[in-house]
Parts: sequence; C-alpha cells; structure tokens
Amino acid sequence: MVRPIGVLVGLGFVAALLWSLLWTAIGWVNEPEPETAVEWVEQHRPEKPVSFSFDGPFGKYDRQQLQRGYQIYAEVCSACHSMHLVAFRDLESIGFSAAQVKAIAKSKDVPSLNPDTGEPATRKGLPSDYFPSPYPNEIAARAANNNALPPDQSLLAKAREGGPHYIYHLLTGYQDQPAELLKKFPDAKTPDGLHYNPYFPNLNLAMAPPLTDGQVTYAPGNPKATLDQEAKDVAAFLMWAAEPKLEQRHRTGWAALVFLLIGTGFAYFAYKGIWADKKSGKVVAPA
Amino acid sequence: MAQAPVETVEAMAQEPELRRRDFINIGAVAFAGVGAVAVVAPLVLQMAPSADVLAEATTEVDLSKIMPGQAIKAVYRKSPLFVRHLTPDEINKANAVPLGELRDPESLAQRTKPGKSEWLITMGVCTHLGCVPLGAGEGETRGEFGGYFCPCHGSTYDTAARIRKGPAPKNLQVPDYVFRTDTTIEVGAKA
Amino acid sequence: MSFPWAADYAPKHPLMRYLDEKLPLPRLVYNAVGAGYPVPRNLNYFWNFGVLAGVALVIQIITGIVLAMHYRADAGIAFNSVEHIMRDVNAGWFLRYTHATGASMFFIVLYTHIFRGLYYGSYKPPREVVWLLGVVIFLLTMATAFMGYVLPWGQMSFWGAQVITGFFSAIPLVGDGIRVWLLGGYAPDAAALNRFFSLHYLLPFVILGAVILHIWALHIPGSNNPTGVEVKGPQDTVPFHPYYTAKDGFGLGVFLIVFAALMFFAPNYLGHPDNYIAANPLSTPAHIVPEWYFLPFYAILKSFTSNFLWVPAKLWGVLAMFSSILLMFFLPWLDRSPVRSANYRPVYKWFFWVLVVDVLILGYCGGAHPSNKIVVISQLCTMYYFAHFLLILPLVSLLERPLPLPNSISESVLHGEAQEAAPYGVATAPVAAPAE
Repeated sequence: MVRPIGVLVGLGFVAALLWSLLWTAIGWVNEPEPETAVEWVEQHRPEKPVSFSFDGPFGKYDRQQLQRGYQIYAEVCSACHSMHLVAFRDLESIGFSAAQVKAIAKSKDVPSLNPDTGEPATRKGLPSDYFPSPYPNEIAARAANNNALPPDQSLLAKAREGGPHYIYHLLTGYQDQPAELLKKFPDAKTPDGLHYNPYFPNLNLAMAPPLTDGQVTYAPGNPKATLDQEAKDVAAFLMWAAEPKLEQRHRTGWAALVFLLIGTGFAYFAYKGIWADKKSGKVVAPA
Repeated sequence: MAQAPVETVEAMAQEPELRRRDFINIGAVAFAGVGAVAVVAPLVLQMAPSADVLAEATTEVDLSKIMPGQAIKAVYRKSPLFVRHLTPDEINKANAVPLGELRDPESLAQRTKPGKSEWLITMGVCTHLGCVPLGAGEGETRGEFGGYFCPCHGSTYDTAARIRKGPAPKNLQVPDYVFRTDTTIEVGAKA
Repeated sequence: MSFPWAADYAPKHPLMRYLDEKLPLPRLVYNAVGAGYPVPRNLNYFWNFGVLAGVALVIQIITGIVLAMHYRADAGIAFNSVEHIMRDVNAGWFLRYTHATGASMFFIVLYTHIFRGLYYGSYKPPREVVWLLGVVIFLLTMATAFMGYVLPWGQMSFWGAQVITGFFSAIPLVGDGIRVWLLGGYAPDAAALNRFFSLHYLLPFVILGAVILHIWALHIPGSNNPTGVEVKGPQDTVPFHPYYTAKDGFGLGVFLIVFAALMFFAPNYLGHPDNYIAANPLSTPAHIVPEWYFLPFYAILKSFTSNFLWVPAKLWGVLAMFSSILLMFFLPWLDRSPVRSANYRPVYKWFFWVLVVDVLILGYCGGAHPSNKIVVISQLCTMYYFAHFLLILPLVSLLERPLPLPNSISESVLHGEAQEAAPYGVATAPVAAPAE
C-alpha cells in the first residue's frame, strides 16, 4: 500500500519539477543573465593581500597598533560612528593603565539627567560607561548624514564578509570610476552625494573617504601615519572591538588541542589493547 | 609437573604486556577525568559576577546640601545607602556608650573618617534579614535609641547606627568610601 | 534484554548490592551499556555516531542551560545580551562558541548516523520503530536548531524566522491564520522571540526522552552490524563494556579534537556575518540563507519555480521540503529487500552513493546565489532525491539480485578483517584453520 502511494507522490513531485525545469530553461535561453556591474568590478579590482598580526591560529594583537587604531577611532570615526558595546574599562586590555582609562573616560561626555530638573544633560564619563554615541538616536544620525546611517562599529569586523581585510581595502580603495566600467555599465555611474569604491558591495557608498595621509599624528616611536598605515591600524582596532577575547581563545584552543591529542592517543591504545584478543582472527567456539 | 614452569613463564611474559595495558587504560581514564574537571571550571565560574558588574561605578555623593540632623538615602551597588550628617548631640550620645554594652563593639571614631565624625555613612540594610530600616527619611521613626529602627523584626540602632536592641547581630555596615573634597565622597573607593 | 548469553548483573560490593535491591538502576546501566549487553563484534567506526549524537545533545543542554542564565529574550536587548555574554560574562565567549559550534557538530554527527542507517539497512525489520523514533528526533532537532538560531536576534535570525514562518502561509485557507498564531503577531517580534526561547529550552528534553525510547527500542533486537546478518550465537558478540566503551572513548576523543579545532580557531566559519548585525525589520539582507545543515532542504524548497496543476509554486516548495523528511518515515516499507547491508546489494549501493553526492550538491545549491544554472541543478537534484526514495528504491528492492551473505558474523570475521565483506563461499585465498 505504501509503495503505490509513494510512487504516485514521487511522480507528482517529479512532474512538478519537470514543469519548473522546463520554464526555467526557457527563461534562461531567452534572457541569459548578463554580467552585472558588481561582477565586472569584482573581476577587475586589485586584490592587494594584507596581513594582520591576529590572522591565523597563532594570531595575537599588537597592542601598539590597537592603541593607534583607537586614536583614529576617537579622532576621526567617533564623529559619526557609535561603538556602544565597548566600555572605557575595556581599553585596559589594549595596554592603557587604569589611570589612563579614567582620564580618557573623563574627557568624554555621556548622556545623563540633570539631578535638579530631570532634563536630559551630560556628565563626565566613568570607566564603567560605554562609548557614547555621536547622535542621540537613528533619526538624528540619518538627518546629519544624507539619510545614511553610519553603522555602529562594535561588531563591524565580524559583520562584514572579509572582516578587517575588507575594512582595510574599503578605506584604501576610494578612487575615480574607471572609464571602462562606465562604458559597459552606464547605470553604475556614481549618483550625487555618493562615492565610488570597488570594494563596497554596492560600488557606491555614502561615506566620503574618511582617512588621508597624516590625518592623525602618531606619538613618537610609532610608524608614520600614512593612509595605508592608518587603515591597517583602525582595521586592527575594529577587529579587537569585535573580538576582544581572540587571544584567550587561541591560547585555550592550543592547550585544549594538545590535551585532547594526548588523551585521544591514550584512548586509542587503550582501545587497541582491550580488543587485542578479539582482533587476531580467532573465534572462540561456543561452550 | 612440566607444565607449571611453562605456565609461569607464559604468565611472566604477559606481565609487562598487562602492566603496559593497565597503564594505558589508567592513563586514558585519567585524561578523561582531568578533562571533565577542566570543563566544569568555566561552567561554575560563569556564575561569578561578570566584568560589567565588577566594574560597577563607585557612587559619588554630594554632601553639601545635607544639614546637621538630616540624612539622605542614596544607592550604592544597587543597595540603599544612608548618608547622615550627625548633630553634636548625636555625636556625644554615641561616644557616651561604653563599648562593653554593645553587641557589636565599635566606637563612633572607628565608624567614621578622622576629623569627619559628623558624617555617618552606612548601608541601609538591616543586618538581621535584610530589610531597609526606617529613620533616614523625613518624618520616619528613629527608634528608642535615636538612630534607625527596622520595622520587620524590631532591630533598633543608635545614633552611630550600632545595634542596641532586637535580633540583628551586627551594626549597619560601613562601606569603603573616600572624601574627594570636603563635600563629596566616593563610596566604593578604597583610596 | 536481548540475548540469552548476556552476562547477569552480579554486584560484588555490598553497597552496589544494597543500591540495586532498592532501585535497580545499577542493573539497568549494566544491561544497557555495561558488560550485560552483547553487541556484534564486527561494528565499524560508523557505529560510533549514535553515542556521539548523545554526547552532542548533552553538551548543548549543559551549555544552553548556563547560557540561559545570562541571555535575555527581550527583542530590544537580546542581541546585546549575547554580546554581554561574549565580552563580560566569565568564560562567556567559551560557552557561546561551544553552543554554536556544538549545533553544527550535532548535525554533522546526526547526518553521518542517518546515512549509516541508510547504507546498512538499519531501518529494516525488526528495527523499524528505532528508525521511526530517529526520524522524530531528527525533526525535533531541526525545530530546536531553528528556534535557537532566532534567539540572538541578528539579521539572519529575524529574516530566517520571517521566511520559515512564511511557509505556513502557503497552506491554503488557514495558512496565514496559523502563521499569525505561531508568531503571536504579524511579523517576528517580541512575542515570537519569547515563545521560541521557551520552546528552545523545552525541546531538548523532549529529544532526550525520545533518545531514551530510541535506545530502548534498539536494545530489544540489539544492534545491526556491517554484514546485516543477525547475531547467531555468543561467538558473534562481545560485551558492550569494555569493548565498545573503549572504542567510543576513542571516538569521543576524535570528535572533541574536531570540535575544539573548529570552535577555538574558526568559530564563525560555519556562521553568517549578517547575524552580527542587529535585526532590522526594515532592511532585508542581500541573501537570506539558513545555517548550513538546512541548506539541502532550502534548495529543495527553491526548486519549485512554476505553478503546476493549480497548485502555486510556493506551496509545491513547502510540501516538497516537508515531504523530503517525512518520506523517511516510510522507508522500512518502501524498501522491502530482505538483505540489509549495502555491502551485499551492489545496485542499491550505487544508488546510495549517488544520493550522497546528490544531497551534497543540493547543500551547495541551497547556499549559492540563485542563478539560472543553480536553479536548474537544484531541480535536477531534487528530482533525483524524490525518485531515489519513492521510485528507485522500491524497484531496486524488487528486482535486485544481492550477493550471497556470510553465514554468520563470526564467519565473516573469521575469514580475516580485510575479507569481512567477502561473503562465505566466494573463492578467496585459503585461510589457516583457527588455533582453538
């Protein structure tokens, strides 16, 4: 009973699929999907390899670099981008002392209430406060940025395909639209108010190039603040902001793997030992 | 009888084999045991206060508006904090009590900062079972010893917030605090 | 419970005797996984995956309960509460990554376990109920995983919930009503999130119950084995303890090595970056994809692109997607071949491997950008999938001529492990007579 019904159901699905297949094929033949502007750009843009100290299973953060990256965030990015999941106290893990953290927090204003009137006000930050947002809410943020919302940066390095590598390429990738692209895809012309960047998934983004050579001045003992260096440093900082526990994770991971490898080795030989008499091909005749 | 030595030799030949197997088996179980304990550690530790709770802001209190004889209720680490400006009368009354009479002997000097004995900063949590005693707010009864009175089970505290009557075992707790200026304190700071 | 030569529980220590008398739990353990449970002696490593699935379930339950101490199922703060776990809770990152990687490991193990069943005919009599319970466990696990993925309330969480609950509106007449009832609203929101949290906490314990029934049902006839030939006598079996406890211990070690490598060094590899963006009902991600373990079914769903016989394409897709799992319930009655193991069914074996490749291709298509090429491939592969179970298997089991089976398990073992698959009677190199 099951089999005949099964055959009918199977034939039903197969028939529906053949029908769909027919129309998909017809559609495909009639309107073969042309290459899109995005696909063309992806083929033609340079893929400059960039490496970070935290890449790979042995990766570690470079605290000097993270501090430079924080400087860029504080002096450039924080004008438009919030980072509401990072607290001032977290900065201790990139090499600032408790006193320095207290000073950094105190130099920033965080939202508060006037204790006498109850009106919204600001107060000096404390280490336990989170990085304050440049705008009170999304509407204000959009109003100040041509209806584009500058994304919060707490998780940006994990929320984008390619992570910090993508961020580096984006920040160093601003350029004029190539003539060949405009010729092939006139629709891809950058609209007014946007900026062309071949690394951005939609090719034209609302953020103007935020970094240039010498945008910030690094303290002595650091490399020169070229666009390339700044982009690397802020990408590294954003990676730390998104994944502050990366170093603990790698450390624990190696300890766990070594432990497991040895333990599994023991388990393997224990198993072999227990099975030794059963694997010699002998069969004990029933009693 | 010729069999016996053969068996023994065989048994002896197997001995190191069996001992090695025992070692491997014990080793395997030992690793599993250590592994199990190592995994339990994070499961237990995760319940300890998280970093944001530990970084709890110390509470700053402005004393400038508190007149002698007045007290305010603030919040410190999510618990009530009583900040009282003692009158000279209350200070004298506190100092007049012989320490031997106290369930939890402490002088007023021990419970205040040097030179600032008019400022009594204590938690507003009864040391019996945790109710909030009366006496800090305007118009609240202060009990027969003129300090605080807990309505839950009748614990009565004196002008130095020390337990005098009722079931509470200890005086109201004095938290860590530091005078940042003459009129502001930071509760929770040790220095 | 299964075989007459099974050792009897005879506790030597007086404490164990006392406990066993008052509550025969020690006896139950002894007879289930101890020296009192005879198991075929020729099981290969594919038989490790049942225990590993149980271990994966326990890992998920323990890490899940502990995560629930910190997670907040309020749509406004759920996303931030997960980040609180990752950043501020002691060892929180470890717990969250274990739970997320654990879900993937659970499905890797589960799929291997299921395909073992398909290859060796574990679904055939007398083990049909074991198989049915297994399909129930699979469905419950899929539901649990889906709801769990919604909880972080990222973009994929929200839009995945939107898509999956959207399936129900394909049902004619009552569909949209059911969808609104499920969600407690018109779109995934606070009501849906809270109930998903409640059910996500509950279902693993239902799964646990079903697993206990699954093992109990298995222990009536005892385990299948790679030859598919039933146990004939004590020479065919070994006691579960210590033989398979040791083998499972080793298997567990390998499982944990893979688990650790994934969770400590590539914890986000199997995930999707979009889920690190907080849910935004006004902004649809470029490609909505479920987690990898749902991709084959997602491909099946998307293959139906044209209305057919007055049934809309969307409804065909939903029906096909659910049918692709539900047909598993009928497998013991679709495939009636008396030979269990594909080792002795050359035609079935060939189709089995085609199915494996087919499912892998479907998985790839499910996650790929839906170009015409991908859609056509999905359609062909979906056709094969249904044809395999509903058309090919019944035919093959009727018409196939299987290879001759070994007379018994121990005979197949006796002729040398390399020749375990060489059935008795087929000309092989002469083997010396056994010493005993």
